[in-house]
Parts: sequence; C-alpha cells; structure tokens
Amino acid sequence: MDMNEIKEIFFQECEEQLAELESGLLKLNDGDRDPETVNAVFRAVHSIKGGAGAFGLDDLVSFAHVFETTLDCVRSNRLDPGPEVLKVMLKSADVLADLTNAARDGGSVDEARSRQLIKELEALANGEVPQASAAPEPVAKAAPVAVAPVVNDEGFQPVAFSFDDFEADEPALIDMPTYEIVFKPKSDLYAKGNEATLLLRDLSRLGEMSIHCDMDALPALDRLSPESAYFAWKISLKTDKGEDAIRTVFEFAEWDCDLEVTLVAGEAAAPGEELPMQPVPFDLSILDDEPAVSVGVIEEEEQLAAQQEIRDAAVSAAATASNVLQMAQSANRAPAEKSAGAAASAAAQSAAAQQAAASAATPTIRVDLDRVDRLINLVGELVINQAMLSQSVVENDANGTSSINMGLEELQQLTREIQDSVMAIRAQPVKPVFQRMSRIVREIADMTGKSVRLITEGENTEVDKTVIDKLAEPLTHMIRNAVDHGLETPEKRLAAGKSAEGTVRLTAKHRSGRIVIELADDGAGINREKVRQKAIDNDLIAADANLSDEEIDNLIFHAGFSTADKISDISGRGVGMDVVKRSIQALGGRINISSKPGHGSIFTMSLPLTLAVLDGMVVTVANQTLVVPLTAIVETLQPEAAAIHSFGSNQRLISIRNSFCPLVDVGRILNFRASQANPVEGVALLVESEGGGQRALMVDAIQGQRQVVIKSLEANYTHVPGIAAATILGDGRVALILDVDTIVAASRGHSLKPEMSLAAAG
Amino acid sequence: MTYAARNLTTDGRELIAFRVGDQEFCVNVMSVREIRGWTPATAMPHAPDYMLGIINLRGAVLPIVDLSARLGMKPAEPTVRHVIIVAQVKNQVVGMLVDAVSDILTITDDKIQPTPDVVSSEFERSFARGVLAIEGRLICLIELESVFPQEEREAA
Repeated sequence: MDMNEIKEIFFQECEEQLAELESGLLKLNDGDRDPETVNAVFRAVHSIKGGAGAFGLDDLVSFAHVFETTLDCVRSNRLDPGPEVLKVMLKSADVLADLTNAARDGGSVDEARSRQLIKELEALANGEVPQASAAPEPVAKAAPVAVAPVVNDEGFQPVAFSFDDFEADEPALIDMPTYEIVFKPKSDLYAKGNEATLLLRDLSRLGEMSIHCDMDALPALDRLSPESAYFAWKISLKTDKGEDAIRTVFEFAEWDCDLEVTLVAGEAAAPGEELPMQPVPFDLSILDDEPAVSVGVIEEEEQLAAQQEIRDAAVSAAATASNVLQMAQSANRAPAEKSAGAAASAAAQSAAAQQAAASAATPTIRVDLDRVDRLINLVGELVINQAMLSQSVVENDANGTSSINMGLEELQQLTREIQDSVMAIRAQPVKPVFQRMSRIVREIADMTGKSVRLITEGENTEVDKTVIDKLAEPLTHMIRNAVDHGLETPEKRLAAGKSAEGTVRLTAKHRSGRIVIELADDGAGINREKVRQKAIDNDLIAADANLSDEEIDNLIFHAGFSTADKISDISGRGVGMDVVKRSIQALGGRINISSKPGHGSIFTMSLPLTLAVLDGMVVTVANQTLVVPLTAIVETLQPEAAAIHSFGSNQRLISIRNSFCPLVDVGRILNFRASQANPVEGVALLVESEGGGQRALMVDAIQGQRQVVIKSLEANYTHVPGIAAATILGDGRVALILDVDTIVAASRGHSLKPEMSLAAAG
Repeated sequence: MTYAARNLTTDGRELIAFRVGDQEFCVNVMSVREIRGWTPATAMPHAPDYMLGIINLRGAVLPIVDLSARLGMKPAEPTVRHVIIVAQVKNQVVGMLVDAVSDILTITDDKIQPTPDVVSSEFERSFARGVLAIEGRLICLIELESVFPQEEREAA
C-alpha cells in the first residue's frame, strides 16, 4: 500500500469524520447536551488533526487545533454551547471541510474566512462569549480543574472550583496535588494498536510519577492466552496539570481499559495501601534501557516456562516480549521522543476512528463501485437471459404443464430477488446530500441576513447511488431558492406574525417504489400576481390568459424566469427552477409545487429508486417495438373517430373530456413511416412533459408493461434525438426507449435533427 | 499518409479479408473482436442509410453498419448468408455487415502498394490505406478509424 492510497483512505475517513462532526454540532444546536455528543464532535476534529499531522497538512492541522481547543472548552464545561457559539462552530466545520477538500484536490480556501474563524474560536476558548450575552462569566479560566459540572437545571448556578484557591486556603498541603491512577487495560487496547508502556511514558511527562505493576491476574502459563491483557498498573502521579491532562493521555484508550483517577489529598495517603493487590515494582526505564527489558519481562517468562514446560505458549509469550523489546528499541533509536509519540497517537487515533465508525453503524465494507456495477450488469444479463429462456420454452412447449415451466417460474422469482438484492447494494441513504444542504442553508442565510432553521427528516431513506449523486445539484438550487426567494426577512416575518426564524423542511420517504423528496418552507409563498405579470412581460403567456393557480405556480419552472427584483449572487439569474426541473426529469422524476400565499411553498420531487431499471410500456410503432417510460404516461385511451379533429395544415387534436390535446404520431416523428397513421386504428398515450403540457402520443398497439434494463446507446453508438436509451427484450432483440420530452418538443416544431454526421464525412 | 509511416514499419501483420459486393477488402485482424451471423437489427430513427440499426451482442447494444453502403456502393440486402464483423474502433465496438469473410493473410509491409490515384472522392481516399495483390486478386486495405470517425460521434 503506497502513501497515496493511505492518504486516500485518510480523506475518506475525513469525510466520515466531517459528517459526524456536522451531525454532532447540529444535535448540539438542537439542544442536545449529551456529553457523548460533545465527545463525538471532539473526536472527529481530533482525528482529522491527527491524520493531517501525519501527512504534513499544516493548514488543516493548525485550524483543527484551534477548533479542537475550543471544543475542549465545551467538553470540559468551561464553555456553554449556546446558539452563538454553535454558529461559529458550524462555520468552522464548513471551513474544516473546505480545508480538507483543498488538501485533497489542491484547491484554494478563503483564507480571510478561516483566519476570521480562528480568531473567533480563540476568543471563545478564552472565555469571551460572542455578543456579550448573559452567558456565564469565564469563571473556570484560571482554574486547572473545573470540578463542578454545568447543570442546565434552572436555579442551579455552576460553581467553579479551583485548586489554586484550595491551595491558598490550605497552605499545609504540598505544592502539587497527587493523583492516584489505576489503569487496567483490556485486551482490546492492545488489539487496537495501543501500547500501555507508551501511555505510561506520556503520563510520566506530566510530573513526578511512581508506578506499580499488578500481575495478580497473570495465570499460569498453560492457561495464558497470548492475546489477553493481564497486567494492571497503579500509578501515583504528582502533577499540577490537572485531572483533564491525565485523562487526555488515555483519551483513545479509555474505552478499552478500566481507568480510575482519584485525587489524593497529600502524601499521607501512600499509593497502594488501600488496595488489596500486591504491587510489583514496574520499572519504566525499560523504555530506554534494553537490558532492563530482558530482566523485567523475559526472566519472568522463563520462570513460568520452566514451571509449565509448554512450548507453544512460551513461543508466543516470547514474541510478546520481543514486541516490547522492539518498541523499546525504536523508542531508543528515535532521535526525538516526540516522533514516536506522534506515531503512537496517530495509530491510536485511527483505532479510535474505527471504533467510532463501528459503534455508529452495523459493520460495513468498502467496495469499489466498479465491482458493484459489474455485478449489476451481470444480473441485468441474467434477467434478460431468463426472459429469453422463458419465452423460448413457451414457444416450444405448447401444453405448458411440464415441470420445466414450474422450474422457470422459480428461476424468474430468484432472478428478481437477486436483482433486488444487487440493487440494494448500490442503495445509499440520502443523508450525505441532506447534510450538505444544511451547510448551504447556513451560507445563504448568512448572505441574505435571514435566520433559517433546516429540519431534515427521513435521512436514512435509501436510493441508488447514481440518483443521490445527481440529486445534489437540483436540491442545492431549490434550497437556495427557498431561502432566497421563499423566506422573508426577519422583519417582514415578525410583521406577518411569524417567528423571526424561517423554517425549511427537507423530507425524504419511500412511496410506491419511488423516493419522494419534499422541500417545504414557511415563507410567503408564491406571489402569483408577480409571477403572472413577469410571465406576461416575458411573453410566456398572453396578457389575458386564463390560468389556474397551479398553472401560474408552474410557470416558475420556465426557462428564463426569475421573480427576484435584484439579481443576487445566490439566485435570480433566471436559471434555477427550469434547470431543477430538467435535472429531475433527466433522472426519470417529476417535480410539483404547491403554494399557499402567506404560508409557504412545498416542492415535491418523486424519483425512481434506481437508474438501471425502468418501468416501461412496451408498444409497437410501424412494426418497431418501442418502450415508453411509465412515469411519463398519464393515461392510455382508444381514440374514437369522433374525438379526432383536424387542425391547421397537418395538425390533429384529440378531445379528452372536453379539452383538446395535440396528437403526436410517434412513427412519423421518428421517421419510421412516411404518412400519418390513422389514429382510430391505434392507441393514444396521454403523456405529460416539460412545461406541464399534455400530448397524446399515437402508437399502433400496446404489448404490455414490463420492467426493462436500461442499456446505453452512447457506449457504442451516439446519442439519438428522441431516444433516451435502449433495452433488450425477452426475445433478445433490442428495443428503443423513447425520450418523451424530445418527442413532444419535436411535435412543437423543433425538428429532430439527424445528428449522425457520418454522411457528411463522405 | 502518416498512418502508413507510423504503422507499416512492423514486419509481418495479419489481415482479415472479406468480400463486399464484387470487391475484396481487408482490415487488421487485431481490431476484429468476433465474426457472427446476421440477425435482424432494430432500426434507428433518423439514422444515415448505411446504418442498419442495433442488435444485442450479449447484453451490449451494437450498431450495425452496412459496409457496402458506407463505402459508397450498392446497399446490401442482408440475408442469413451475410456475416457481421465485430470490430473495435478506438473505444467503441461496431458491427460491419459484409458478404463473406474470405481469407486471413499474413503479409509484410512491402507487399502493400499505395492506393492507385484513380479514386475520385476524398472519402474513398481517406479510408483506403493501400492495395494488396494476392494470387491475382486485388484487396483493398481499409482503415477503420476513417470509416467510423470517432470525433464526430463524440461531438454528436
């Protein structure tokens, strides 16, 4: 594994940590005061810092360090994570994400912004609360240990407890407090790459220390498991650094060991007296001195081996001993102890990161996307093959009662199940996209001076990865629109009797085999008069057009439409909602809007769960088999001669429930036949297309409804106007999937140009 | 002929020869993936007349070109006796409908004679890389990348 691969893993982990960080901060923002949440946030920043340090990413390290320091104040209850504090922290999380991206992709970051945030963070760490609100005074600042936790009960005033004061009152005590630490590692500690000796050495740097090793738990050699931990240490440490500093040493080990830190009043309480264990002197010098290792550890081993004469166990025990030896040697060799310490802490961090990830979700593996895609392709083949097999059996076996048919049915069920399971591999929760949105909301709220709260629901709703990837862009547009256009300024909101803070609600849920994403704001809603006027100004509708509310609302999806009076950085260039609508439609989805003046708007997107399979209506047009995406079809009908009306030179309209709908001959548009077909002999598919307009597509016959596997035409051929993709039918032949929107556009006069320019080369 | 300068320096090469109408052509065997029988193709809308349509090649969509029409000759009327040469052209795979595969030739570069200066159209000059005289037959070496120009497909 080369350095780049390791770095890539680091960045992947960074992404997870950043997500963890953001969700933790958002939880805190919602009033969660669980210390575990604070710890999770702290761990995330700390891990990023540690990893970044290992790769020499100085910008990232220095920012993460300041961030971490401030978070540490929150963790130790010296800083109350109020809304103002969290605002700074969320911004810092954004900058941290930017810095990480810049470190990976080599882009640049807004340095002014990160410097500003560093200042703000430092100010917070120094106890200055922004906006000088009635926050607790920086009481604990001078105290090395703040014993009294901040309890959020009303009527309880946090009391700072300072040892400085304590000492001042009791001059009889010694200069430095003495801590008694009982450290008993579990075997997990070693399994995760931590090393007790290194922890002890770190501890020794804090002050004057004496250590006793408790070996009571050590079993006889035949019962000794080489991977278990048997030793415990009892440490007496004189330090002025405080309990926090001691706990920091064990930071990444604390889940894997029993750790007790107690403050002993003075020297009178000699270490070890009250505990019923037999302390064995443990010489920390083994770290610096090789012979000491052989004496301290190997001799012990030899004794036991002699007693029990079990060779295998001895070998592994010796291996353990030599590990200690190596460790000691490397510590010796390292010119500066710091580097060894850094390596150890980096290892500890990655172990902790793994643990954090493991505890958050069920065990997962990282798989190359290509492999999954290959599997999905193969399953697609399997489905086609199975269909072909069924068809040929049906053709050759007229009686249809044989056991072959039974077997085939089972095969069909199995293939369907395999297909579903494989698709599920690609399914991912929409959470990452939703999380990105919270950042966008923050940024835009800042830019527009609005106060916005984003509520997300159904983040764990799963959908195909390709859909998720393509969802981010339209969703970003919509969120921007919702905050910029949808929500009013705080003053206007207050005037309208709403709370100053606007709410944007982002919801995802599954509904009948599709994913439905809803974006609701509690803003002013669509100003229909304004939209209507704008549409008239832009010649989108006639001045006297009679439009329903719904139709007016849908006008905002027209290209070149924007009602913002001023063109802002964020939105208002008139590219927005039409782009959104097109990208949603490109995904095979639909978007709807419903708006209540004064109460806000709701955008509803309905998307397919996967882009690899499509539900289609198989139809015949001029002896060709075509597939029409089912999502586009509103209804199918058998036209009657009386309902067909000629219009203009060559247009025909069909009357459906007293409204007229243009009739589009698919065969004619695709150039499959020279003259128009007789509508009465065929079937009309009523489709809805871009701009909300309905058209009746004329086809010769409907063969049935089927789930088809989408095959790219572009891979070996080229894009064909009017055709979205191809698929392979049960008989092994290729069928084309119609691109309904282009067909409808073509019927409006935009000709489907033959883009195959090979002829031009001749 | 930069192609000739670049590629005709190797010592022997294997070519696959096939009949289209009453003429014989050959292409480098390295670009040929497989040879298969004719199966009816699904017509493509608004495709040039030499584009017969697309077929299913083990799950992939394969466009089929009538080489006869593509080379400016009479369009073929595909029968079961026709064959499809599946060839790799850059990163795409295409099928060429030809009358029959006639030979596999191993030749050295000095056997390739320059294209006679009688072809009229620019296009024919662009794909013909030279001619071979084998046992009294005239075989035209064609360059697939000129027959299926890639850039235009990508632009389209």
